[in-house]
Amino acid sequence: MRELPVTDVQAAVRGLFLQINRRVSPDIEAAMRRALERETSPAARYVLTQLTDNYAAAAETGLPLCQDTGMAVCFLTVGQDVHFTGGSLTQAVEQGVRDAYIEGCFRKSIVSDPLFDRVNTGDNTPAVIHLSLVPGESVRILAMAKGFGSENMSRVFMLPPAAGEEGVLDAVVTAVREAGPNPCPPVIVGVGIGGDFETAPLMAKRATARPIGVHHPDARYAALEEKALERINRSMIGAAGIGGLTTALWVSAEYAPTHIAGMPVAVCICCHASRHAETVL
Amino acid sequence: MIRDLTLPLHKPAALPLRAGDLVTLSGVLYTARDAAHKRLINLLREGKPLPFPLKDQVIYYVGPSPAPAGLPIGSAGPTTSYRMDSYTPELLSLGLGGMIGKGRRSPEVIEAMRRYGAVYFGATGGAAALLARSVLSCEVIAFPDLGPEAVRRLTVERFPAIVLIDSMGNNLYEIGPAACTRRAER
Ligand code: SF4
Repeated sequence: MRELPVTDVQAAVRGLFLQINRRVSPDIEAAMRRALERETSPAARYVLTQLTDNYAAAAETGLPLCQDTGMAVCFLTVGQDVHFTGGSLTQAVEQGVRDAYIEGCFRKSIVSDPLFDRVNTGDNTPAVIHLSLVPGESVRILAMAKGFGSENMSRVFMLPPAAGEEGVLDAVVTAVREAGPNPCPPVIVGVGIGGDFETAPLMAKRATARPIGVHHPDARYAALEEKALERINRSMIGAAGIGGLTTALWVSAEYAPTHIAGMPVAVCICCHASRHAETVL
Repeated sequence: MIRDLTLPLHKPAALPLRAGDLVTLSGVLYTARDAAHKRLINLLREGKPLPFPLKDQVIYYVGPSPAPAGLPIGSAGPTTSYRMDSYTPELLSLGLGGMIGKGRRSPEVIEAMRRYGAVYFGATGGAAALLARSVLSCEVIAFPDLGPEAVRRLTVERFPAIVLIDSMGNNLYEIGPAACTRRAER
């Protein structure tokens, strides 16, 4: 049994959100620079140049990369031999988010009631927290700041098993095509295949945090990722949706066992400002 | 080639612009997004004056992040425009000269743009820290209770933008990808 003060979790969450809102991970920055290098359309180059210059602007000013600093999402993978001390784990995560968004001068974008009041909570909480228990005594925190320009374009398709690989590819390409310019392409696409109505989107969202260039370990799913990326980029939607060679930077797929009668497919679209980082306590 | 335009956007400058033109904008513009649009339309319904003039002015769909000490504004990139579509034709009919945002517009908005000679500009979504550098000053002029959604008057200098839909209804979201596809097939 390992004792872990919740204040450690709070500090880690605060640090992660301060970091990700100001800096994308090196794999994304490199992919964006490659997209600029190979682009031939002058308008798309105008856009991609601004986006790569934006990294330096954020670093020099401390401003967030995007004014939509998103909804704070935390995947907590907790070793079952950890005992949290000194208070509530959930409240510690919330406090970490609150600290980061206030200290970082990030936009507070959360309203308490989705339908009637829509009153801003003022500190970007509550966060979305996904908890899973695993053997061991470490705690892994994956933090994501999800902007809603791209979240609004994410989709769930409850496909029949007979839809097969073509059905999955179709779902992915349809989601990206219909989203067009709205989610700020170039996008990163997470695909969750199988599970059920709520686990497919969870897999898809998590998949958007996989580093660019890392394929699924199963060769069949890796090939599916390649095919999906190729088909998406054939659409020529391009950066900002104004026409160009790079519509998506990467496609990551995850799968899970499912029911004999179904094949849920979730497509989580994440903008180029894909802000996520992980730490282990 | 990049064209430098001055705001407000008078008709002789607006009408020759074509979808795909790369521009910079300098001068005064006003910010408004979802909640502010709703309030502007409510003011019109009640016959009350608007907090800023519409004639030839440009509205930027943005909800900036808070300004840290020493900077006029926080990060300030565009939000997705379709959520303003139901309000836009009425504002265009009252003289609004243009909008800056990102994403597609409804056929009703495009029709009103053609009728009244307005232009829809795209700013780069996610280039928000860079775009903030083009903002020289920022002042909340209405609805301060709306926080990031309050109406602000911005003075901008060489703010980079692209003409997405021109006053003839040409739409870069259609023309751009189609042109790239043709080029790839050649
Ligand atoms: S979709 Fe992403 S890059 Fe675009 S405005 Fe939203 S958070 Fe920013």
